[in-house]
Formats: sequence, C-alpha cells, structure tokens
Amino acid sequence: MLGRTADHLYWMARYIERAENVARILDVTYSMSLLPSEADNELALWTDALRISGSESLFEEIYGDVTANHVIRFLTMDKDNPSSIYSALRSARENARSVKVAMTSETWENMNALWLEFRQYLKQDLTRTGLSEFCEWVRSRSHLFRGVCFGTMLRDEAFSFVRLGTFVERADNTARLLGAKYLAFDESTKADAAIDYYEWSAVLRSVSAFQAYQKIYSNAIDPLKVSELLVLRDDMPRSLHACYDEIMPIIEQVSGTRQNEARRLSGELHAKLHFSRMVDILKDGLYEFLDDFISANAEVGSEIHRSFISANS
Amino acid sequence: MTKTAQEFFDEMQAYGQDTRKIYLAYDEWLAGVPEEDLVAKRAEAEVLFRRVGITFNVYGEEDGAERLIPFDVIPRIISSKEWTKLEKGAIQRVKALNMFLHDIYHDQEIIKAGIIPESILNNEQYRPEMYGVDLPNQVYAHIAGVDLVRTSESEFYVLEDNLRTPSGVSYMLEDRKMMMRLFPDLFQKYSVAPVEHYPQVLLENLRSVAPQGMQNPTVVVLSPGAFNSAYFEHAFLAQEMGVELVEGGDLFVRNNLVYMRTTQGPQRVDVIYRRIDDDFIDPLVFRPDSMLGVPGLLSVYRNGGVTLANAVGTGVADDKDTYIYVPEMIKFYLGENPILQNVPTYQLTKKEDLAYTLAHLSELVVKEVDGSGGYGMLVGPKASKAEIEKFRKLITEHPEAYIAQPTLSLSTCPTLVEEGIAPRHVDLRPFVLSGEKVSMVPGGLSRVAMRKGSLVVNSSQGGGTKDTWVLKQKRKAANPTAAFPGVKTTMRVQEVA
Repeated sequence: MLGRTADHLYWMARYIERAENVARILDVTYSMSLLPSEADNELALWTDALRISGSESLFEEIYGDVTANHVIRFLTMDKDNPSSIYSALRSARENARSVKVAMTSETWENMNALWLEFRQYLKQDLTRTGLSEFCEWVRSRSHLFRGVCFGTMLRDEAFSFVRLGTFVERADNTARLLGAKYLAFDESTKADAAIDYYEWSAVLRSVSAFQAYQKIYSNAIDPLKVSELLVLRDDMPRSLHACYDEIMPIIEQVSGTRQNEARRLSGELHAKLHFSRMVDILKDGLYEFLDDFISANAEVGSEIHRSFISANS
Repeated sequence: MTKTAQEFFDEMQAYGQDTRKIYLAYDEWLAGVPEEDLVAKRAEAEVLFRRVGITFNVYGEEDGAERLIPFDVIPRIISSKEWTKLEKGAIQRVKALNMFLHDIYHDQEIIKAGIIPESILNNEQYRPEMYGVDLPNQVYAHIAGVDLVRTSESEFYVLEDNLRTPSGVSYMLEDRKMMMRLFPDLFQKYSVAPVEHYPQVLLENLRSVAPQGMQNPTVVVLSPGAFNSAYFEHAFLAQEMGVELVEGGDLFVRNNLVYMRTTQGPQRVDVIYRRIDDDFIDPLVFRPDSMLGVPGLLSVYRNGGVTLANAVGTGVADDKDTYIYVPEMIKFYLGENPILQNVPTYQLTKKEDLAYTLAHLSELVVKEVDGSGGYGMLVGPKASKAEIEKFRKLITEHPEAYIAQPTLSLSTCPTLVEEGIAPRHVDLRPFVLSGEKVSMVPGGLSRVAMRKGSLVVNSSQGGGTKDTWVLKQKRKAANPTAAFPGVKTTMRVQEVA
C-alpha cells in the first residue's frame, strides 16, 4: 500500500477518535456543571476540559475568559481551534476523501454521511441546549465508523492502519483525561467526599467505564482503583493496556520481518503496561507515569510515520 | 407535454405525432408516469449521488462545499444501427489520429506529402521532446473522447477530439447504475447494451501497452489530488480497476525506473494512467513550478522504462488548428473515406475565410483555437451586439487565435427541467480505447445544456448529464418456441429502429 494512503487512513481514524473523545469530555463536564456547587468549582471543571484537550493557551488568545459558553463553542464548532470537533471531523473526512480508493464504499459513504449530517449541526447554537444530544451524536457516529470498518474492510494493511490510528489516539486521550483529573484531585485540599464521588464517577462515565467499575470492584469509587482500571486492566476497552494490546500486534504484523523503532517502542510500552503493578506506579507518582506515557505514545506515533509512511525515497 | 415548433431535430420527436421508433416504448411508459414521480426520482438520485460523493469541487467555497453535476432522469437512446456507424467512425478517426501522432514525432510523412503545413511543428502543443521516441504499439492516445453532435436523423458531426486527459467516463458509468436503480422496469422494456465492464477493458488496455517484456505490469492512476475538480473520477477509475491512485509525491525516479513509495518499501510502476496535463508532469522538463508531477519522469519515459497514458504531446492532434485536417489524415493513413464528418471550419488566417466570418458573425460560432470549457466562445445567433463587436475586434487583432464554424442545429432530447419536460440540446462523448486493440464500450456521456436554447453543454457552464442507451441488436430468434418444448417462451425481442 502507498505510504500516503496509510497516512491518510491512520489520521482519518485518529481524528474520528479525537472527535469522540472531545465529545465525551464535554458531555461529562456539562453534566458535572449541572450539579449544585460553588462557582469556582464550575469554572475549574471547564478549565479541566480545556486542559485535557491541550488547548488552553489558544483558548485564552481567542476568548480570554473561561465561561461555559466559550468553552463549548471553542471545543465544538470553532474553526480556528485545531482540536475542536469541527476541525477533527473535517480533517477526518478530508483524509477519507483522499483515500476513498483504499476503503470499502460503505466506509466511505459512512464518512461522507457523517459530514453531511454534521453540517446540519453547524447551523445550531449548541451552547448549553442541544449539547448533550450533539455529543451523543458524535459518539454514536464514531461507533458507527469503527463498526463499518470492522464489518466491511478486508483484513489488509488498510485495516491495520485504521485500527492503529484509533488506538494510538485513544491511548493518548485516556492518559490525558486521567492525568488532568488526577492532578486536580492531588491539588485539591478540600476533602469533600461527595464531590470526589461525582468527579471520579464522571471520569468513569466519560470513558464508558462506570458500569465496568461497579462490576469489577463493587465498591465505593476510589481514585486509585479508577486509575488501575484505566491504566492496567486489559479487559477495559479504553484502558492504556487494552490500547497497547491492539497496537503492538498490528505494528508487529505490518513490520513483517523488518526491525524498526516503532516495533521496539510499542513492545516496550506494552510490556510496561502488561507487567507493572499499581503500587509501584504510585510510588513514583501516577501523574509522572501518565506524563511519560503520553510522550512515549507520541513517540510511537512518529515512529509509525518514520517506519511506514515516509520510509523510502 | 407542450408541443413546440420543430426547430431542431429531437431525439424522441415526441412533440409531433411521429415519435421515433426507438422511443415508442419509452414514450408509452412516460405517458403513464406523473411528472411529480420523475421529480421525486431525480431528488432520490441527488441524495444518492451526494452520499456516494459524486461531486466536483468548487474552488474557494467554505466548508468544503461540493456541487453535483445535474443528472437528468430521461435517457438518451441510440439504436444499434446508429451506434454501429458511430463506433466505426470513431474508431477510424482515433486510429488515424494515433498514426498521425506517431508520424509527426517520427518521419513526418504527412508534411512531406504536403497535406499538413510544416507550421504545425510550431504549434504550442507539439512537444519536440517526443521526437523519435518509440512507444509500445505506437499508441499515443490510449483513451480518447470524441465529441459528437447530431443535426438530423442521419447526420452526426465530430465537434472535437479529446486526446489529452478526456474526462466524464465515470458519469457514463454512474448514470447507468443510477438509472437501473431508479427505473428497473425500463430495463425490462429495453435491452440496453451494458457499459459496466469499461474499467476492465481500460485496465486490459493499459496493461497491453506496458514497457516491452513486462509480464505482470503494475498500473497506477496519477491524479493531481483531492482538490482537483475531477478527483472523483480518478478515484473511481482506480478503485474499479483495483489499482493504486497515486499523486506526484508518491512516485520517484531511481536508476531510470519509476517507483511508488509503499509501506513495504519502493515498488516499481510500469504504466501510469495520468490525469495531469503535460505541462505539470515533470518539473525538470516542463513547468519547473509544478508540484504535481514527478521529477525525472520524462527521461524514464523516453527511455521506455514506463508507459504514460495518454502519451506526452497528444495535444498537437486535438488542437482546433489540426482538427480541420483529420478527414485528410484518414484518407492519407488508412486510405479510407471518413465515416464521421467534421464541422465545416473557417480558418481566420485565410483571407477569404476571415472576410466571410467578419461579414457573418451573427450566424457563426467563434472559438478560441486552444480554448476549452466553453469560456472564450461566441455563439453568433445568441449574442448581443456588444458581444459581436467585442469578438470582431478580437478576431481582427488575433485571427490566428480563433476559428469560426456555422451554428449547428444540435439535436434536442426531452429533459426534465423547471417548466416540465422540455427539449434541451445534447451532445455525445463516446470513449475509444487504444492499445494492442482498439475498442469501445457501447455508450458514452450525453451532456445536456439545462438552460433553454443554450448550446453549451460543458459542466463548468451548468451542463448536465444523461444516461445514454445503446440498444442491443435485434436477436435472431430463429424459432424460439422450439428451444424448450412445451414451455411458452417469455423471451422478449427488442424492437430496434
């Protein structure tokens, strides 16, 4: 397959996943903001949402003040924000358009329909009213995308790069989300059990892990258990471990007999997630662990590019 | 249906009492279909076309706006007898044009014989880089589109030849798919010759012109990229042929061969179906600012390391200046009389032609010699006084840049428009494939001018498309009842004009 084709497929999937994750964060932040709490807390919630998407400084430049409406606008339809849902979906479709040939017609038609439907939302004012419905739409569209790929694509390299894109992006998002919330938790001095409960259950809900948590731990919500679930459990589909359970074999497979840095790095990262114990991670600090993970995961991304996409000339 | 005075030949002739034979069954069917049903079908088609993304890009519009080429639900029908003639004529013409291209880049016998003036070598589209280069099967225009117009029951004219990167074949295929989906019952009434195998014929054709000695050649489609207005077609053809769709940056030249960059390392490319103009194909030879091409490609090509389809330098043969000589070429190279006629053309560099043209501007069509897309064009009978005067000035200043032709009474075909079903002018672009063999699929792109009275069918000017039905030859059903004793035959024998 053409390196450029692999690149487009990989990024198409990454952008869809990104849109889904931004929608998840927004949705949870929004429902949290509806809980009775002090104004400071609400502001902190929206600031967290910005922090997770890594776009605080751009936001400050464009909007200045953090308000719910500003953050919603910035993360959904803002064309100047490269991390907005608008930008992610647009980039996803543009990547798809460039490699229509490499996917099944159903996959393409699905991507195209997504964009056409999205254009309807562009006309609406999403600040507050309609936000939940919109976020749900993004999420279900992303589910549909994965489903149509999984259900119709030949298990060839094209499929491999689509899957790679999904899981590299997902790993990044889960790590960011957990990192941001953990930092906030660490910094907070108030011991308000109720708020903690809602905050951490919101984290779980944002990665569709609330029910899983109840099922596995059937216990009060404990930040450390939440972290274990989202980092080390391989049976939790959005955990870091689960993502690398997908990423490592795919890289092995597309590498064939070739040795490369993407292969080594992903293997190393996978081993770490596979063999680490939560107590040891906590000793060195969860936040530091997640920070390292985010860098290493980004490194895997660049090595995928170096090894398969711009490898030859 | 309104009856209109018969100014033009109509493909259906439904406005008088004498519907043409091949349209009888359609006319009967149409009489039973309320117009709002047709409108609903058209709306359904638009939704489907948008979903599949059969759109062309409009430059400079926000939010990735993409436009549909209008699709008309009423087919244009061609009898098998008419098609046989058109097919023979188009193949004859393209054969002669390919022979001309080989000749003009080799011995130039046609110039020596005094049939075409030597000045043709100064034509901008003549590529001296191609002189003496031998091509597989001596084929230059592997894919040719011959634009035809009809003026009466028996008269077809060739409006122009398209030998560079003719487009539109994807619409021929998609329009058919759409018609079969919208009106399956019509395909039971008519036995329409299939066109769906075009991509396979194209692939075989491209493989047959691979560099010599290639056993299993790798074919690719080279596109300028997703922002090109014909991108849909490039992607469509690559997908239908099952080959890679590449852009300039995906290819590179090493050791006199062309490779593409793949996830598994470099892979050699043997045949490039390129949809990029000559000027942009190799920045080392042609336009140095081109980002679309492949540096060094032409050198590999000249050495026979890769085949380009179409060849570099075909533009000299489809230029409006060269057009007038095509009937002579057919006689010269094939020793045959042309089956399809040229439109009489006035060359404005000739004194008497110029004088005639200036005196009859209001009756003539004036075209730019190297123009395309219907922009720099005067349609005399439709033009205002000011436009005529503008062209009078242009022609007097630059007679070499224009030609003039009589205004042809282009045939019309019933078309669903705002005012209902009304006649609109159509042309026809069938595609001729040349490689080891020369072949055509029975069909083509019928373009229709959606505006009343307009003779300009180009999609850039708001033209639409119609599915083109070439009817199959009447089967010789010698004794159909004898084939299955005791079974009443249900075989439908198609009426053909």
